[in-house]
Amino acid sequence: MPDTRRSPLLSLRGISKTYGGVRALTGVDFAAAAGSIHAVLGENGAGKSTLIKVVAGVVSPDAGTMAFDGIDVRFASPMEANAAGVVCVFQELSVIPDLSVADNISITDPPKRFGQIARRAQRRRAEALLARVGCEDINPIARIGDLPLSRRQMVEIAKALGRDPKLLILDEATSALTAADVQRVYAILHRLRTEGMGVLYISHRMNEIDELADTISVFRNGGHVRTFPKGAASGTEVVQMMVGRDVSAVYPPKPARPPSNAPVLEVRGLGWTDRLADISFAAGRGEILGLGGLDGQGQRELLLALFGVLAGLEGSVAVEGREVRITSPRAATRADIGIALIPEDRKTEGLVLPMSVGENITLTALGALTRGLVIDRTAEASRIDAMVEKLRIKVGAVTDAVATLSGGNQQKVVIAKWLLTAPRILLLNDPTRGIDVGTKQEIYRLLRALADEGATILLYSTDYDELIGCCDRVMILYGGRIVRVLEGDAISETNIVASAFNLATAVEAVA
Amino acid sequence: MRAMLAGADRPLVFAGGFILAILAVGSVYTLATAGTLTLLSPTYLVLQLKVAAFLGIVAAGMMLVVLLGHIDLSVPWTMAASAMLATAWGGPMAIPVGLAVGLAIGVVNGIGVAYLRVPSMIFTLGVNVVLRGLMVMLTGGFSPSSQPTETMLYLAKGSVLGIPNPVLIWGAICLGVAFVLRRTPLGRYIYAIGNRESAVYLSGIDTRLVLVATFALCSLLASAAGLLLAGYSSKAFQAMGDPYLLPAIAAVVIGGTNILGGSGKLSGTVAGTILIVLLQSVLSVMAMPEAGRQIIYGVVIVGMLLAYGRGEKARS
Amino acid sequence: MNDLRLRLSQNSGALLALAMFVVLYTFYSALHPRGFTTDLFVQNSNESTTLILLAMAQTLPVLLGGIDLSVGALMTLVNSVASEIVSGTPLQIALGCLGCVAVGALGGLINGLVIVYGRLQPIVVTLATGAVFNGIALFIRPTPGGRVDGDLNWVVTNALAELPATYGWWPDGAPWWFEAIAGIPAPVVVVVLVVLLIWLPFRNSETGRAVYAVGSNEAGAYMSGVKVDRAKLAAYTLGGVFAGLAGLYFAIQTGSGNADPIQAGTYTLNSIAAVVIGGTSLLGGAGGVIGSIFGVMVLRAITFCFRVVDTDSAVGFLANPMLQPMFEGVILLLAVSFGAARVFRIRNRLEMFR
Repeated sequence: MPDTRRSPLLSLRGISKTYGGVRALTGVDFAAAAGSIHAVLGENGAGKSTLIKVVAGVVSPDAGTMAFDGIDVRFASPMEANAAGVVCVFQELSVIPDLSVADNISITDPPKRFGQIARRAQRRRAEALLARVGCEDINPIARIGDLPLSRRQMVEIAKALGRDPKLLILDEATSALTAADVQRVYAILHRLRTEGMGVLYISHRMNEIDELADTISVFRNGGHVRTFPKGAASGTEVVQMMVGRDVSAVYPPKPARPPSNAPVLEVRGLGWTDRLADISFAAGRGEILGLGGLDGQGQRELLLALFGVLAGLEGSVAVEGREVRITSPRAATRADIGIALIPEDRKTEGLVLPMSVGENITLTALGALTRGLVIDRTAEASRIDAMVEKLRIKVGAVTDAVATLSGGNQQKVVIAKWLLTAPRILLLNDPTRGIDVGTKQEIYRLLRALADEGATILLYSTDYDELIGCCDRVMILYGGRIVRVLEGDAISETNIVASAFNLATAVEAVA
Repeated sequence: MRAMLAGADRPLVFAGGFILAILAVGSVYTLATAGTLTLLSPTYLVLQLKVAAFLGIVAAGMMLVVLLGHIDLSVPWTMAASAMLATAWGGPMAIPVGLAVGLAIGVVNGIGVAYLRVPSMIFTLGVNVVLRGLMVMLTGGFSPSSQPTETMLYLAKGSVLGIPNPVLIWGAICLGVAFVLRRTPLGRYIYAIGNRESAVYLSGIDTRLVLVATFALCSLLASAAGLLLAGYSSKAFQAMGDPYLLPAIAAVVIGGTNILGGSGKLSGTVAGTILIVLLQSVLSVMAMPEAGRQIIYGVVIVGMLLAYGRGEKARS
Repeated sequence: MNDLRLRLSQNSGALLALAMFVVLYTFYSALHPRGFTTDLFVQNSNESTTLILLAMAQTLPVLLGGIDLSVGALMTLVNSVASEIVSGTPLQIALGCLGCVAVGALGGLINGLVIVYGRLQPIVVTLATGAVFNGIALFIRPTPGGRVDGDLNWVVTNALAELPATYGWWPDGAPWWFEAIAGIPAPVVVVVLVVLLIWLPFRNSETGRAVYAVGSNEAGAYMSGVKVDRAKLAAYTLGGVFAGLAGLYFAIQTGSGNADPIQAGTYTLNSIAAVVIGGTSLLGGAGGVIGSIFGVMVLRAITFCFRVVDTDSAVGFLANPMLQPMFEGVILLLAVSFGAARVFRIRNRLEMFR
């Protein structure tokens, strides 16, 4: 094996990429070595995904050069990148749901006989690769769309390995995996490293990075901040590098208040398929109640259930002491219920991107703005202006398409459209994802101000820090159940992490 | 996205320019062959508008459905069924009966698309075939006793101040549709659903009702066109709607409405309608055989769309 | 065993169509006054083959997640071309047939090129090219007529036994193996050969699989290194080949050409209906040509059934051939509404919008 450790396997020089008016990468220099696991960290919007897309040939950079294995390259397509030895596992993006597992694994280079795909050989190849990632239980002829998400992700990894990569890129590849699969992936990656492969590993989970990475690079606002060997910086320092400044001062102070007697929202025994079980809690007026835990433990489903999106719910929900049946978002927004949801994906669930800022803001409130059959345009304009001013949405004209705004301002539009309905209960699904720190801070203040005005807020966040800084109480979910409720000083990173992995309950169960 | 707004007006400019070009070419032809400028005479132009009115009403309804990102292939037999039932059964109530038939068909289409989530192309295709079958069954394969009422005849053949009534009705319908699209919540929801139905649903709006209402409007307009056409031809007949489906879709897309939904203006559809009618007429004035007309017709549609340069953004 | 169950469930749409056909056709044969005979089988196959080939043509664009509103027009064009060039010496006839298929392929390729490189939606592109194909067809054949080789017509529309009889092979009697297959209608052989020699090799090629991949998840296919544009061009071209075969068969069967745009439109709509009944998803990625063949057989079997209804009985009005379109429509609506069962099983209503 040639010693490639001196000259890096991959090196980028001055890479820049702009989408529309948004600078995704600015003059990035970056290098990754063979035989090493290199973690790339950064907030959403820091430029990690664009970096990967450039390396994998999905997008072409506007400026800069890239060298791979000592040769200057410019990949025009993922095919070229694959051919050179750069293989990327995207977050579920490249699964072809209607094809079989074996077809997916050998999608571009199937074994052939007389120009025909050799099914038997392809199947054996799939079995061998699945065995390599420890998934012998997956039937190669199963339709991949019928497999659960975690299995699909493992097939994607097997597919990547089948292309004999020199550089393997894993983009949040473990986000959907079960704990057992995560361990398998770790073992595979360690083995590949000793075999001399380079691995770029993108993850949000700090504990994974501690366990896996040899080298860590931090990105912020489209720029490369620093690269250092594991252990050279503490967790807090890494977070500061990602955020760009001291993280402690961004949250508004929490007022001390006595627990309110009459809960605004009361949930009893809520269950849904196998994703939610026996969820019971109450939230009072002016309270910010956090939802925490690992990703995908039922937090999203809980919010959707309260908003009337899920069918076949068990249990009961009461608002202001009155039991209600919420069967659609329309029902949830009725005046006597008054629930609003800031959804997970603002681009597909929160906003109608090609339509104007104003039209998006009043989409929830057109009924109230209609006189006879006609939209009262004067009233509409004044409501829009009021919201733009109240939330300080940075916008050229309210007639501009909402797609032209930055992520933070887009999220403000989503919040604005719901504030127009003056909701009693506000549900938020990870509202600060991919948003700049300044806007985050504004959103935290806004949430606290709304709570002070009497709203009840349910905030799900994947960022522990946010739960600690914002919430009066935090419920930790695990496997669709509430495993712990933290309050006051008990809301700490240690407690959240311990509960998130369901460690505390395990201990309690033993005791 | 300013560019996008400008882009929405581009079809109007293109279609307008093309209409002028058709008139110019046709006029050169008539000047050279007969020494007249027939095409520029008010009589000719008003007649063309009258012919365009039937297609224009259908296209206005089709546009609403296309804005949703759907399509209505049941238009031909919605026209025929409304007109046939109205003239056969309606008696003096022919017009309300015909419109009610159209409304009912639209509601069925809407339910299939919105509640059963069957792709609109297939569901409305099936409804079209069923309607045809029903009409054949009810009439036993013969032309029914088809006598349009006096009102229908007047609306289709009369005129006010020299303007044919169908043109006035088309104009009124266009004002109505433009009003719905620009000033009412329904119009706002139609555009929004065409762009992203999930976001509209999560904004607390019953998108299924919007779909049903829009399909109902489309069929209502198709039945209005059918009634008008029955008055114009003094009878309702079986295949009367067949020549209107594809030109209606063509008028909508030539007018710049995105076939995937979400953007488009009624003014564009009106321009597209006039363009198609004028193109057909001028080609027939020029004694172009049917073969040549079809070819030019197809080339114009593709050419216009390529000229707008609207590309799908399937890949990031 | 487990594998078998998987494969059955993955082809449930086509199998359902096949089951519907078997039920309908059994009913029909039982009611038929003369029962099931070779003649009847030959006649039924003849009436189905053109639409079968055309539904195969429609299947490819649909597998991509697109649609082709021009298949009927392309078929009509090839039909008109065939009425000019499929006659003369055997060599001329053979070249004529090849020319017809080439015209079909070219038409499909043009669709593909405009869709791929013009970045336009298939529905509007094929709407427009359909008009162009119709126009060219009218140009070639302004009035119905033309001539197609009579022997070829006889051979292709009859049982296989007529093949040696027509061309004077084996004057001393056919070999035993031919006697065994002599009763099979020639159109059935045509369809089987097209499936075996064209469709299955394509389906099992890398490009064929790429068509399914693009229809299932275009962005994902691109990310995985699938040659997306090539797959699309191949699909539309092969669709054109099938449409060309449909036009050629139609010309041979009718012995003439007829550039009738209305007939073209009816054929296009029926081809879409057959594809959907045959279990190919309009969203793309799942299904196949074989299902579409069953889809046509279902549609045709409905038509056949109504022919044998006793006109004097209480349901005699059903024998009215004018009613068949309605029943085809009802069957189509029923078939697609089966899919609606999915809607009522959905637990997360956001999935409705995907």
